[in-house]
Amino acid sequence: MSALLAAVSADSDQFVAQNVFFGVIALLMIVSALKVVTTSNVVHAALWLVLVLAGAAAQFILLGSEFVAVTQVLVYIGAVVVLFLFGVMLTRASMGDDETAAGEKRVMAAVVAGLLLAVMSVALIDTFADDRVVIDEPQLVSTVADSIFSQYIVPFEAVSVLLLAALIGSIVVARKD
Amino acid sequence: MLLNQFLLLAAVLFCIGVYGVLVRRNGMLVLMSIELILNSVNINLVAFGALTDDVGGEVFALFTIAVAAAEVGVGLAIVLLMYRNRRSIDLSEADLLKG
Repeated sequence: MSALLAAVSADSDQFVAQNVFFGVIALLMIVSALKVVTTSNVVHAALWLVLVLAGAAAQFILLGSEFVAVTQVLVYIGAVVVLFLFGVMLTRASMGDDETAAGEKRVMAAVVAGLLLAVMSVALIDTFADDRVVIDEPQLVSTVADSIFSQYIVPFEAVSVLLLAALIGSIVVARKD
Repeated sequence: MLLNQFLLLAAVLFCIGVYGVLVRRNGMLVLMSIELILNSVNINLVAFGALTDDVGGEVFALFTIAVAAAEVGVGLAIVLLMYRNRRSIDLSEADLLKG
């Protein structure tokens, strides 16, 4: 957290507006993400998840990737969160648990996550000490489209087949016999 | 903007997601924590794409979004099946394979 703030303030003289927006959105995302993993109400967790995903879309716009930002809003906020709310509705009887998670387990999970964060932060700060992202102009949608349908056509088709397989698979798994 | 500020934000979100996966017992909430993890990876991909000025980062972020959507679909189907069979989505009760 403090490393993040230090990184933000390091070059605030150059891109003041971007850094202020980044800081505000990043803070919102982190607080919302903590709420997602700590709140005991499943519906509230899904709604906090919406805030995290919207914040990620804002970060994509800050990085000049408008198409990814729009797709994020469409697919994640529009489809995935609705799917979660449907899931909550269909499994309503078992809501409001997680108060029962053992304190010891909680501490161990926090230690694991904290250690992971420490290792990753040290590695990142050591490797990308002051690499800067310079965004002259947003990445055009036509560039992304050209790239998907020429250079990345095989992975694109593979993802299409994967989506079809997941669709059929989830119908087969969830079907009532 | 520094590259590191995006990467550190993604690392924080990733670790919060890992904490959620480890601590949550409700299947739906574990799936939501997995979404946090996948989303932090997307931030990394787009940030590296912007650093190298290569469109590949964005394209792979889009692929990750598609894979995450497929994962949520299958995961929810499994949680629903578990609920239908056991009337509970507490993952600590799903220990049929425990030796």
